[in-house]
Amino acid sequence: MEKRVLFKSAWLPWVLLAPQLIVISVFFFWPAGQALLQSFQLQDTFGTSTEWVGMDNFKSLFADRSYLESFKTTAFFSVLVAVLGIGISLVLAVFADRIVRGAMFYKTFLIVPYAVAPAVAGVLWLFMFSPTLGVVAYALGKLGIDWNYLLNSNHAMALIIMAAVWNQISYNFLFFLAGLQSIPKSLVEAAAIDGAGPWRRFWSIQLPLLSPTTFFLLVINIVYAFFNTFGIVDATTQGGPGQDTMILVYKVYNDGFKNGDLGGSAAQSVILMAIVIVLTVVQFRYVEKKVQY
Amino acid sequence: MVERSRTLVVLSHLVMVLGLLIVAFPLYLAIIASTHTAQQIVQAPMPLLPGGNVVDTFRSALFGGGDGAGSTAPAGRMLWVSLVTALVIALGKIAISLLSAFAIVYFRFPLKNFFFWAIFVTLMLPVEVRIMPTYKVVSDLGMLNTYAGLTIPLIASATATFLFRQFFLTVPDELVEAARVDGAGPMRFFKDILLPLSKTSIAALFVIQFIYGWNQYLWPLLVTTSEDMYPVVIGIKRMIAGGDAANDWNIVMATAILAMLPPAIVVVLMQKWFVKGLVDTEK
Repeated sequence: MEKRVLFKSAWLPWVLLAPQLIVISVFFFWPAGQALLQSFQLQDTFGTSTEWVGMDNFKSLFADRSYLESFKTTAFFSVLVAVLGIGISLVLAVFADRIVRGAMFYKTFLIVPYAVAPAVAGVLWLFMFSPTLGVVAYALGKLGIDWNYLLNSNHAMALIIMAAVWNQISYNFLFFLAGLQSIPKSLVEAAAIDGAGPWRRFWSIQLPLLSPTTFFLLVINIVYAFFNTFGIVDATTQGGPGQDTMILVYKVYNDGFKNGDLGGSAAQSVILMAIVIVLTVVQFRYVEKKVQY
Repeated sequence: MVERSRTLVVLSHLVMVLGLLIVAFPLYLAIIASTHTAQQIVQAPMPLLPGGNVVDTFRSALFGGGDGAGSTAPAGRMLWVSLVTALVIALGKIAISLLSAFAIVYFRFPLKNFFFWAIFVTLMLPVEVRIMPTYKVVSDLGMLNTYAGLTIPLIASATATFLFRQFFLTVPDELVEAARVDGAGPMRFFKDILLPLSKTSIAALFVIQFIYGWNQYLWPLLVTTSEDMYPVVIGIKRMIAGGDAANDWNIVMATAILAMLPPAIVVVLMQKWFVKGLVDTEK
């Protein structure tokens, strides 16, 4: 992909590129390199001495039960967030797509959660589910469920999953709606003439044609659950009770900033980077091959 | 739709209303809470209908003066910090990306592909995965508790550059030729032809980046330690401390509403560009 006609100048392109290059080298490449370097080093808490330890940080990380637990917690959390978020928004989008009158009204309301910061979403859900004053916790108590996310790790996990799904619903909904609206009307009509009811049409036509969107959203939602839910966790459970909602990003912060384990935290960052890179590559390879809007 | 079935129409509306209720309930509760006094909320269950304490709550939220256990800093200042941060991030990103995309698409120069890939790589790593070393750089540069520290590291990503590159590639070559025939240099072409053509892309990107900037949490949590540099999202979190009864929940919720309002207004009013921005930035 190249333009046929180009400008010629020996210095102008460099001047134009300079601001971006300076910013990404100082705040991106340098720190990312540092993380890589630090992950092979052991530094004392005051930063006075540094020792080269090779793969030791990674070895001790994978020997650490709590890190492996955190991996499992994150996997469980992100899969549930992705599946629930995608499922709910798909249902909403399919019905919204059928609505002629008032569609704009529903859409406007459904996109508002996107504007809410994850940390604020966390506070809102905390307020509903707080064991002492939450309205929903109170209602659950009336139903005989003794809700306390501070003590019960299943409750804590449920709380952050609900907040995360809520926060991400607008995004999924908009993509599904756009996907549904780009399905040619003639296909749906042809199926209807052949006698396929709405239910049948959804499973045989709409859902298969939405598969690229669904796959794309799966990757996006997992990335979201991995990285952007820090605010939700910090505002609600802070990794507790115990370590039961300690997702990987929260653990990097917790170990690095609160416990001063720089090498371990850097090693964790490097592993996270590897995960994002894999996810991005998966997404790009797939999108290149099969995207059809 | 193909058939006209009454039951289906009713069912569709029912599902949507149900979805709406679930989505709106947390927001409704926040609004209700902000209309009561702290004491009324602590008595479980809290009232579910509006009370008469709106003015007082929002006054304490905006100007400070609550007596909760957590921080009681005024939200007015924090909203200002959030606004400046979000605007600098959105406009800064758009400005540097327009320039670099222009250079990459319209010039031929050595190592062009190398730089293209260098910028491309930054797409892959969100700030969350490199917090420690980035924090160190910012602190070494003396940028803690400054707007520069809050914003510049978040500008260092290439989403916008790619969006503009894609867009510039679709601009017909004839326009460049015509501009050259008329004797316009590259910067003239950029300013008078390319920029006006990019208007909708710029608007779309602005919406996305403004929300991104406004809603930042982890990064400001690290680089700000003084109360007068807290963005509002951090401020809310800091208002909650100690047991549930010790907090002025009405003020917390009023602050949450103030924190949600600007991005919500941007999203709702600029809905068309917002959807375009979402779809474009993810391609």
